[in-house]
This record gives sequence, C-alpha cells and structure tokens, in this order.
Amino acid sequence: MKNRTIKVDYLARVEGEGGIFVRIKNGAVTDVKLRIFEPPRFFEAFMRGRNFTEAPDITARICGICPVAYQMSSVHAMEQACGAVVDGQLRALRRLIYCGEWIESHTLHVYMLHAPDFLGYQDAIQIAQDHPEVVKRALRLKKIGNDIVNLLGGREIHPINVRVGGFYKAPTKAELQTLVDPLKWALDAALETVRFTATLKFPDFEQDYEFVSLRHPDEYPYCEGRIVSNKGLDIAISEYLDHFEEQHVEHSTSLHSVLKERGVYHVGPLARYSLNFDKLPKVAQRAAKAAGLGKTCTNPFKSIIVRAVETVFACHEALRIIADYKMPDQPYVKVTPKAAVGHGASEAPRGLLYHRYRLDSQGVIQDARIVPPTSQNQKVMESDLYHYVSDRIKLPQDKLTWQCEQAIRNYDPCISCSCHFLKLHIEGD
Amino acid sequence: MADKQKPKVAVWKFASCDGCQLSLLDCEDELLAVAGAIDIANFPEASRRVVKGPYDVSLVEGSITTPHDAERIHKVRRASKFLVTIGACATAGGIQALRNFKDVKDFIPIVYAHPEYIDTLGKSTAIADHIHVDFELRGCPINKYHLVELVSALLNGRKPNIPTGSVCMECKRRDTVCVMVAAGTPCLGPVTQAGCNALCPSYNRGCFGCFGPKETPNTNSLSEWWQKLQVTNDDIVRAYRSFNAYADPFRKASEAYEK
Repeated sequence: MKNRTIKVDYLARVEGEGGIFVRIKNGAVTDVKLRIFEPPRFFEAFMRGRNFTEAPDITARICGICPVAYQMSSVHAMEQACGAVVDGQLRALRRLIYCGEWIESHTLHVYMLHAPDFLGYQDAIQIAQDHPEVVKRALRLKKIGNDIVNLLGGREIHPINVRVGGFYKAPTKAELQTLVDPLKWALDAALETVRFTATLKFPDFEQDYEFVSLRHPDEYPYCEGRIVSNKGLDIAISEYLDHFEEQHVEHSTSLHSVLKERGVYHVGPLARYSLNFDKLPKVAQRAAKAAGLGKTCTNPFKSIIVRAVETVFACHEALRIIADYKMPDQPYVKVTPKAAVGHGASEAPRGLLYHRYRLDSQGVIQDARIVPPTSQNQKVMESDLYHYVSDRIKLPQDKLTWQCEQAIRNYDPCISCSCHFLKLHIEGD
Repeated sequence: MADKQKPKVAVWKFASCDGCQLSLLDCEDELLAVAGAIDIANFPEASRRVVKGPYDVSLVEGSITTPHDAERIHKVRRASKFLVTIGACATAGGIQALRNFKDVKDFIPIVYAHPEYIDTLGKSTAIADHIHVDFELRGCPINKYHLVELVSALLNGRKPNIPTGSVCMECKRRDTVCVMVAAGTPCLGPVTQAGCNALCPSYNRGCFGCFGPKETPNTNSLSEWWQKLQVTNDDIVRAYRSFNAYADPFRKASEAYEK
C-alpha cells in the first residue's frame, strides 16, 4: 500500500472537537493536517465593551478544564494595565489555586486520557476493570486537586472567588489546614504516578524542539517571569506580540501561532520542565531522575512522565504555601482602572497562555487578544505527525492510526480553548 | 451479557467549553459506581469506544452555532429516547450568544484573518430551539450532583429532584446574610434559578446568574433596586448579558436598559 490515508474523524480523549488527516503518496507523507472543527465562539469580539472586572469570569468560559489559567492570565493583564501589584499571601493563594488546577488536569490526562493508549485500552473505565487500584488512586489524586480549587475558588469548574486584585474572600488558616493530610497522601500518590508512568513503553522519537515557557528567577513558573526558549528567546511578557504571530489556515478554526523569526515552537510540560528543571524541588528532581529523565526531555510521548513530575511539584508547592500561610487583612487590593494596555501570561497545564487587553479610562475593554497553548502547539503537533508517520509508514493501518492519535494526545490538546481550536484524518489515495 | 441490560448513555458536544461534560469525570467518588450502572456508549472526551445507537439517554452540551450542528442535533434526537440538555450553552445559547445582539459578520474579522474559511450562523441558540428536549440541567457549569441525581432518577424510573426556586431561597436555607441588603452589593440572586447553593453570596459577592432566570422572575423590580445602588444602566445590561444572555427574561431585561 504505497498510497493511503490515515483519517480520524473525531479524535477521542481530547478536550473539544478535532480530527487527523495524513496523506501518504508513493511511500512518503505528503500532507498532514490537524483539523479543528470546533465551532468558533468569538471571545475576543464580545470582550469589547465589557468591564475590566468581568474578564476573569468571562474568559474562564473558554475552557472548562483550565478555567483557573484563564482567570490568572486575565487578572495579571488587568493589574499590569492599571499599575496594581498583588503580592504576599494573595500572590501565594494564586499559586495555590493554580497548584490545584495542575494536579486535577495533569491527573485527568495522565490516567484517563493518555495512559489508555500506552496500556491498549479504550478508556480509564476499562483500565479500572483490570487494575481498579490504579484508577482509584487516580480519582483520589484528581479529587484533591479539585478540593484545592473548590476551597479557594468556590467550585472546581469556573471558580467564582477570583477577582482582579485578588479574591472576594480569603480562606482562614484552619480552612487551608484541612488540605494538609490529603496533600501529604497526594504527594506520595504523585510519586507513585511517576514510577507508574516510567514503566510504560515509549517509542524512540526524540525531536529538536524550540521550547518556550515562562521562567522566573526564584520558582517553577505559574504567573510571572520572562518568556524564554532554548534557542535564545528571552523577552518580557509585554513583548510577546513582537515575537509571535497567529496565522489563520483553512483547515482550522483555531489560529496557528508561530515565532516570527523561527516558526514552529513547543509549549507545555516538556518545555516548562526542560527550561526550569533547576527550579523544581529536590523531591521532584529525584523522582524525575529515578524515572530515567534527564534535565531536558525531547520525546513528546514522555510528556506523561513529565506531567507526573509536575504533579509532584504541585503537591509539594501547595504544602509549602499552606505551611507559610497567614490570612491577609484584605482579600484583595483595590485596582483603579485607567486607559492603558495590559499583558498577562501564565502557565496553563497545557502551556503558555497569553492575554492582552486595551482599556479606556473607565476600565471598559476596547480590544482583547488571547493566545491559548493549544493554538501555539498546532504546528508542532502537525510536525510530530509528519515525522512520526514518515518513520513508520509500513505499520498496519489501525495500529498507525491509533499511534497518530496518541502522538496528538501527547499534547493534551484543548480544542475548545484554541477556538476561539481538533479532528484526525490519515489519507492515501 | 450484563451490558445489554444497562441503559446506554451518550454524551454529545456542540459549541461549549467542555466544562459540563467534565463534571461527569469530576464525580470522582461516584464515577466507578455510575460507570458500573450504565453503559457509557458514546463519550469521546473520555473514551475511543463508540457503541451505535439508539441510546436510552443522551446528554447534550453546547449551543447550536453552525449550519452543520443545526443538522447534527436532529440526528442526535432521532438516536435518543430521552434527551437532556446540560448547561447554560445548551439551555440558553451560552456566553457565545452575545453575538446575537450584534451582527456576527462584524465579529469574524476581529478574530479571523480569512472570514471566508469560517462557517457560522448569525445566532447561537439553545438546543430546545431546534428539537424537543425532555429535561434540562441549568448552570454554567452544571452542578455535578444534579448530574448524579439525574442518572440515579432515570435508572430508578422517577423524576429528577432538581431545585427550581431562586438563589435567594438557598441563601436563606444556608443562613447566608443577604449581600444586597447588608452590604449593598448588586446581586442577581432574586431572579436567578437555584442550583449552586448560593455560592457567590457565601463568598461575599453578588450572584452573577450562572443558572439563568428562575420561573417568573421580577427583573423590572430588581433592576430598579440596582439603580438605587448606583449601578449604571451599562452595568445592568452587562449583568443580564453573560452566560444566559439569550434566555428570554434576561434578554428582555437587558434590552430595557440598552441605550
């Protein structure tokens, strides 16, 4: 079969609607498309005319899986525009709620969306039939992540307690203390997750990526720092649009993002880990080494181990924040609007999430730009598919199709996010 | 086979953020029990496995925004015995229904460089505008315990027990002091359907309407109260125009204060 097509019409175990299309002609891959047919929702358009205080609540609705990321990027952008600084315990609480989202989202992806590919199951429910202890561990770990978001945010999906300037209500020390014992269990479960993912079989697939993520002088990045890459990029968050641009292609309702100078790049756990290994706590570094990872990781299939390592970090960081917590006098700092442009970026579980808003003197949004991680990863996902299929062109159709799906799921793509974004077809005539 | 007797449940997605279907996976304590009692026959976000219809129950998330989806929803209806819409997108058009107040042609070029690639309808509409819906769960997002109650009720052949009063009733029941009376904080609680257990007031903020209009809401009176709290007409319009903007009572209430 020299000519054939690999097609997946509706890619499962990803968030949102997309498909894969790969065309093979005369034994070579000639076309690769990650098709995104998620209906566009036009967030940037209807953000115009809204109050700056509404951005965290409205942009959270871009994604039910990582609403905290949208809330964090938007509040940072608004505070930057208005010249407000949120630090101390309020800043720590923001990191804490982000820890909760990482634990929940990473655990969901590791065990329920990605692991079934490695183990040859259709879903986690099937895994539970053969290995109930694995899925029970996953659900309990995921729940502890959600419990953090619940306590701080009011609910796990579309939290209601985040506002420009801080929170509507700050938790008491005693309330946070209830999370300590579950988090100690979670840290052990996360370490067990690293050991579990290290036993999986990985294809030999090392790629020369340009990794892009935030980097902060003192900590593993969540909301602050500079945007850096392993190929020389080192810019302030406010310079993002000078270096990146979004392109609109026919086969996707999600815009493709590229580095103006060098094109395709890679955001997400692999990028964060490879650019910030030195900022991980010792317990996470040791777990990564024991799992066979170096200080960088360029095999996207091993992102499942990296997510587990980042879950170790998030549990450790949450425990640290709670131990140091003192309830602040005020749950928020007052932010007075002014006519200005503000930029915010944070590390969503899937990678860098950039927001930019222009406000008038009353704080009414004049225009908005939102660049989600999955739009930034579309080109690298297509590039991975091209290289992966090119080296495995002789594999039987059903096996190759499943492996193509897995290659996309490496990125934990969030298509609802990017549309403002996925469908899989592999084609041979 | 035991599976043959379990009700077949399918989950469908239209324009949405995936949050409401994620609520099912967020039922960590109940998920394995639920999965044991039903046959999850079509749930792409969680499984590659697809069992052909017809389905005993379909859970539909998202609103109708494209010509293709306006066709697809009829296929889902034909394949489903009992169809439940879940969340503000499916029950009211969602936040993306903000386009309904503008001309969508003005929206596309703001986001997309090549408008000719984009196939979209002028309005984002609720599922019930297109097909018969048997039951709806409100919320942005839905309350996951409502979902467990729904599945449990259907398995036992009874009507789901879902609250339909106002958020105010929930505040009273949980002893939350009224944020509007005590702190002068504008709150949509009096006109918003219960379901969240009055979450926002318990965090010292006013309700912002996630569960949509309650039955017979007195929005005129509430808007006048908001004016007494010095809320501008623009902000009254914005308050009604969020996740349930195109639910009739909220739409009319917002239009009454539009310039």
